[in-house]
Amino acid sequence: MQMLKTSFAYAVFWPRFRRNRLAVAGGAVVLLLFAISFFAPWFVSHHPSSINAWEVLQPPTWQHWFGTDELGRDVLARVLFGARISLKVGFVAVGIAVALGAVVGLIAGYYGGWADTLLMRLVDIMLCFPTFFLILAVIAFLQPSIWIIMVVIGLTGWMGVARLVRAEVLAIREMEYIMAARCIGCSDLRIIFRHVLPNALSPVLVAATLGVAGAILTESALSFLGIGVQPPTPSWGNILTSGKDYIEFAWWLSLFPGLAILITVLSYNLLGEGIRDALDPRTLR
Amino acid sequence: MIAYLLRRIALLVPLLFGITLITFTVIHLAPGEPVEMQMAMNPKVGKEARERLQKFYGLDKPLHVQYITWLKQLSQLDFGRSFSSDNRPVLDKIKERLPVTLSLNIIALLIEFGLAIPIGVMAAVHRNTLLDKGITVVVFVGFAVPTFWLALLLMYFFGVKLNWLPISGLHTLGYESYSWFGRLWDLAKHLILPILVASFGSLAGVSRYMRSAMLQVIEQEYITTARAKGLSERLVIWKHALRNALLPLITLVGFSLPGLIGGSVIFETIFAIPGMGQLFYQGVMSRDYPVVMGILVIGAGLTLIGNLLADLSYALADPRIRQS
Repeated sequence: MQMLKTSFAYAVFWPRFRRNRLAVAGGAVVLLLFAISFFAPWFVSHHPSSINAWEVLQPPTWQHWFGTDELGRDVLARVLFGARISLKVGFVAVGIAVALGAVVGLIAGYYGGWADTLLMRLVDIMLCFPTFFLILAVIAFLQPSIWIIMVVIGLTGWMGVARLVRAEVLAIREMEYIMAARCIGCSDLRIIFRHVLPNALSPVLVAATLGVAGAILTESALSFLGIGVQPPTPSWGNILTSGKDYIEFAWWLSLFPGLAILITVLSYNLLGEGIRDALDPRTLR
Repeated sequence: MIAYLLRRIALLVPLLFGITLITFTVIHLAPGEPVEMQMAMNPKVGKEARERLQKFYGLDKPLHVQYITWLKQLSQLDFGRSFSSDNRPVLDKIKERLPVTLSLNIIALLIEFGLAIPIGVMAAVHRNTLLDKGITVVVFVGFAVPTFWLALLLMYFFGVKLNWLPISGLHTLGYESYSWFGRLWDLAKHLILPILVASFGSLAGVSRYMRSAMLQVIEQEYITTARAKGLSERLVIWKHALRNALLPLITLVGFSLPGLIGGSVIFETIFAIPGMGQLFYQGVMSRDYPVVMGILVIGAGLTLIGNLLADLSYALADPRIRQS
């Protein structure tokens, strides 16, 4: 099994993925963002929270490439440190959503019957809610903090993954190798985690990559509305809040953090689509 | 068809029940009560008064009793009274906000589909040409633009820099004195930016969807047949292919409803438009539980009905589904 996976990655996935130049570029930017998040303190010459009353709302200069904000803080430093928040939110929220969605989808698809009916109705119900309303309400009531944001975005984003996994499991369940596993006496748990789950993962990988982009957008919107990451911790969304307040005098406060969100989300989407195309058996020759 | 309709309507009941249960749970997860909020504002209120307030709102009873009371009220379309100082019925508050949000979103939806369908078809017909690639790039960028940022940029260019368009509210101060046409023009000017932002939101997604639906249809045999019998390419694409590719789009409209309603929080807060999203935001910020619960239930209920209508029209449009 492991051998097969690895040889698939080398023989089919990678060559196909590499041909898609946009996807490779997206992947490269994602790696760059990782690097920025880890090494942000070494990149910047100004501390993101150091206030300077003499340099309030300065337009971009050689000293401050992205200008300064209403407290004289360096916007470049704040944007670079903001990458950390978006990375964290993206991965933790999507991790929660994928784990929850995978478990629900596995149970519903593998056992069927009333468990399936109940869980899929729950998915239907959750899909009816305007997700952003739900997130907004929970976070505002529970006092905003980065952990709550990540958990709530995860808890409201698992339904798509659950449906995907269930559909995969329904198809895999009928395969002969599952019958074989059952015949030699494997337990349900072993069959689910050893034989069904690994084969249902590829569409989940795509959904997760695109999900990171979605989670980053949601976090930035929440922070923009003032219910997300709280200042002085810089996040792209909350820099844009001051951007809105000073829009008549300081365009740089609005332009750069927005561009950062745009580029990040774009890269994750390109990467996700690239993975999808490379995995899609319909385009396999 | 009638059996299908009845089955779908019967399914609404457990779903609606689930919606109320989740709404109630979510709201009561939160520590801190609205009474505490009022107390914090006015520290002079004593313990007695606080209990009186709790009793008044029914917050002293156990949770399941509160839920059942609330459910009973809901079944009579009574959403309770707002906790805010005006103390008005929630339904009245929602009623005056809902038309604003709905009409904004419907106009945005029409513009969005009006643009996305031709864009998607063009990309599919000219597959893998420079045009298709150009459209794909634009679509991907469109996907990634945060709507609130777009709103900020538009406000900056059209409102601050060029000073062409107003950037907040629905009316100019003193618009009552304008003529009939003047008022309409004033309203239109206020709506241009919000509608632009609202429709841009899912333009990218819909056109992408349209492209892949169209690509699938073009490979079908009946399209080859249509071409073989000598129909013009224009007729083949815009009549034979498009009509079939449009079908799955009906479901997409149903699916995009919660996103549209949810997105209204963002642009209504930015442009100061008195709609549902703004009401919800204010309700959440002041812990006005009845308003928040009412909007959650109504928002989810509207989506439920929207999905049902979408499925029904799909069944009406596609005989294969009607008969199965």
